[in-house]
Amino acid sequence: MQNDLLYIGIFMLISLFIPGIAITIAGLLGPKKPAPIKNSVYECGIETVGETWVQFKAQYYVYALIFLVFDVETIFLYPWAVAYNILTIWAVFEMVLFVIILLGGVLFAWQKGALEWQ
Amino acid sequence: MNSFWADPIGFVILWFISLLQGWGLPGDLVLLISYVVGALLLATGSLLLVIFLIWVERKIGGRVQDRLGPNRVGPYGLIQPIADMLKIFTKEFITPDGADKLVYNLAPILSVGSVIMIWAVVPFAINLYGSNLNVGVLYIVAVGGLGELGIILAGWGSNNKFALLGAFRAVAQLLSYEVPMVASLLIPVMLAGSMNLNEIVRAQTVPFIVMAPIAALIFFISSIAENGRAPFDLLEAESEIVAGFNVEYSGLKFGFFFVGDFLHAFTLALLFAVIFLGGWNGPAADSIPILGFVYLMIKTTIVYFLGLLVRFSLPRFRIDQMMALNWKVLVPLSLATLMLTAIFDKLAPAGNLLVQVIVLVLVNLIIWLLLQEFLARAFRDKPQRRAVLHSRPQADAAEDAPAQPQTDAMQS
Amino acid sequence: MPIQIFFLIVAAITLISAVMVVTVRRMMHAALWLVLSLFGVALIFALLDASFYAVIQLIVYIGAIAILVIFAVMLTRRVMDDDAAQTNKNWWVALIAVLVVFGGIAATALSWTRLQVGPGIPPGDSILVDFGTALINPQKYAIPFEVSSVLLLAAVIGAIYVAVDRKGGKG
Repeated sequence: MQNDLLYIGIFMLISLFIPGIAITIAGLLGPKKPAPIKNSVYECGIETVGETWVQFKAQYYVYALIFLVFDVETIFLYPWAVAYNILTIWAVFEMVLFVIILLGGVLFAWQKGALEWQ
Repeated sequence: MNSFWADPIGFVILWFISLLQGWGLPGDLVLLISYVVGALLLATGSLLLVIFLIWVERKIGGRVQDRLGPNRVGPYGLIQPIADMLKIFTKEFITPDGADKLVYNLAPILSVGSVIMIWAVVPFAINLYGSNLNVGVLYIVAVGGLGELGIILAGWGSNNKFALLGAFRAVAQLLSYEVPMVASLLIPVMLAGSMNLNEIVRAQTVPFIVMAPIAALIFFISSIAENGRAPFDLLEAESEIVAGFNVEYSGLKFGFFFVGDFLHAFTLALLFAVIFLGGWNGPAADSIPILGFVYLMIKTTIVYFLGLLVRFSLPRFRIDQMMALNWKVLVPLSLATLMLTAIFDKLAPAGNLLVQVIVLVLVNLIIWLLLQEFLARAFRDKPQRRAVLHSRPQADAAEDAPAQPQTDAMQS
Repeated sequence: MPIQIFFLIVAAITLISAVMVVTVRRMMHAALWLVLSLFGVALIFALLDASFYAVIQLIVYIGAIAILVIFAVMLTRRVMDDDAAQTNKNWWVALIAVLVVFGGIAATALSWTRLQVGPGIPPGDSILVDFGTALINPQKYAIPFEVSSVLLLAAVIGAIYVAVDRKGGKG
C-alpha cells in the first residue's frame, strides 16, 4: 500500500506542478504594462465605493453545516458498505436506524424552513 | 501476454523498467523514476486531451444549436483550440490592486490540479492504472473538496466583493450537491464490497447501472451540478453576478479555470463509465488489455456526449430551485435508495446472481414510481400561475373611451 | 531512512503551520494555515499506511470543517481588512502554564510502561472490512455508532434553531 500512496503523493505534486509551470511560461510570454485603470478592482465599471466588505447571509453557514453532518454520516457508512457482503440483516437494520435518525434531523430542518434559499 | 499488439502500453512500461534496471540503478530508485515518469505522462496526457475536448464541445454545441461551430481554422476547425491556446498564452496577467499574491495565484493551480488528481486512481485496463489505492472512491471525493477550496481562494484573493459573493454561491452549490454524490456512490461500494476502483470494475459481471439505476441517475445529475455545467451553471452565466468568482483573472489563469471545467466534465464521465457501466469490461478484455482501454473510452464518450446534450438543451435553474432539488429530492432519494437496496439485497437468496439482479431492478422500479407519485403530489398543491392582463387605461382623455379588458388565450 | 526524513519534514510543516494559525494577523491567512496543518496530519496518516484515515481527514476536515471555519470567519468579521493584535501584556503567564502542562503530560506519557509500538496495519481491504464489522458488532462499537448519529442530530437541531431564530428575529 505504501507504493500506491507514494504514487498518489507524486501525482498530487505533479498535478500542481504542471499548471504552475504553464502559468509561469505564460507570465513570461505576455506583455507587462500595469496601469492604474487596469489594476483597479472591477465593479461594473465604476470606482469602488466604501471598503470592501460583503453582506454574508446566514443561509450559507446553515448549508455548510448540514453538509458537514451528512459528510460525517457517509464517512461512517463507508466501512459498513465495504463489509456489507459479510454482514447479517440485523446489521442492515442498525444502519437503517442510523440513517433514519439523521433523516429526522433533515425533516426538522425542512419544517423550520432552514432549507429554503433565504 | 507480452506481445506488443495485445498490450502496447504495458509492453512499453516493462521495457522502460528493464532499461532502468539494466543501467544498474537500485530497485527503489527504479520504482521512483518509473512512478514520476508515469505520473508526468498521465497528467500531461489529460491536459492535452482537453485541447481536443474544447473542439468537440464547440462543434457539437454548434450542431445542437443549428449552426456549424468552428470551421475556419484548419479542416473542420480542428486547429481552433490550438489557436485559442496560443492567444491565451500571450495575454497579459492583470492582477487587481490589493490582491493577496499567493492566494490569488494558487487558486487556478489548485482548481485544475484537483481535477487532474482524479486520474491517478482510474483503471484504464486490467493492468493499466496509476495507483491501486484501496480507498479510491473516497480519494475522488477528497480531491473534490480541494477544488472547492480553490474556488474560495479565487473569490477571496481577488479583493473584489462580487468575486467573493460569486465564490460563496459556487461553494454553496458544490457543497450541497456533494451529499447526494457521496451517498449514491455508497451503493456500488456496497454491491462490490470494496472502495478500490479496480475491484469495482471486476465485480461488475452485471453493470451496476442495471443493478442500481437510481443511484446512477443521482450520480449523473449531481456530477453535472458539481461540475457547474448547464442546467446548473448559474454561477458563470453572463446575466448573473458578473462572471462569478473568476472575474479578476485574465490570460492563462482564467484559461485554467476553463480547462478545469472541461476536464472535469470528461473525468466525471470517465468515473461514471468505470463505476456504473463496467469500466474496461467487455468481450476479451481480460486477455487483450488494449481492448479494455478501447471499451472504456467508448463508454466514456457515450456518457460525455449525453452530458453535452443535457448541457445544450436544458434551460438554467434558479438557485432556489437548485437547492430545493438537492435537499428536498436528491438527498432523501439517495438515502432511501441506499436503505431499500441494502435491505432487499440481504433478503434476496444469496449466491444467485439473476435473482439478485431482478430483485434490485424491482426495488428501483418501485422507488421510481413512488418518486413520481410524490413529485406529482407536491406539484399538484401549487397554484398554477395565471397570466391575466388587467384593463389598460388609455393614455389620453380616457373618460369617455370604454376600458378594454384584455382577456386572451393566456388565461387558463 | 527516507521515510524518517519525510516524516520529520511533514511533522515540521504541521507544527509550524499550527503555530502560524495563532500568530498571523489576518484571520483569512490563519484559516489557510489551518488547512495546511490539517493536510500535514493527513500526510502523517498516509505515512502510517492508514489510507482510509488520510482520505477521511481530507474529506471531513479540509473539505467541510475548514470551509465551515472560513464561512464563520467571513460571517463575523470584515474579512477584507482585518488586522487584530495577537497578544496582550500577560503572554508570559500563558507561556509558563503551557510549559508546565506540557512537562506534566510528557513525564506521564514517558513513564507509562505499557506504551509500545502496535502491530502494523495489514494491507488491502481487510482493515476496512474489520472496521465495518466492528461498527455493527454489539459487543464492540454498535452503541457508539448509534449514539454518534444522535450527536449529529443534536448538532443539526442546535444549528437550525440558532440560525432560524436569528433570521426570524431579523426579518
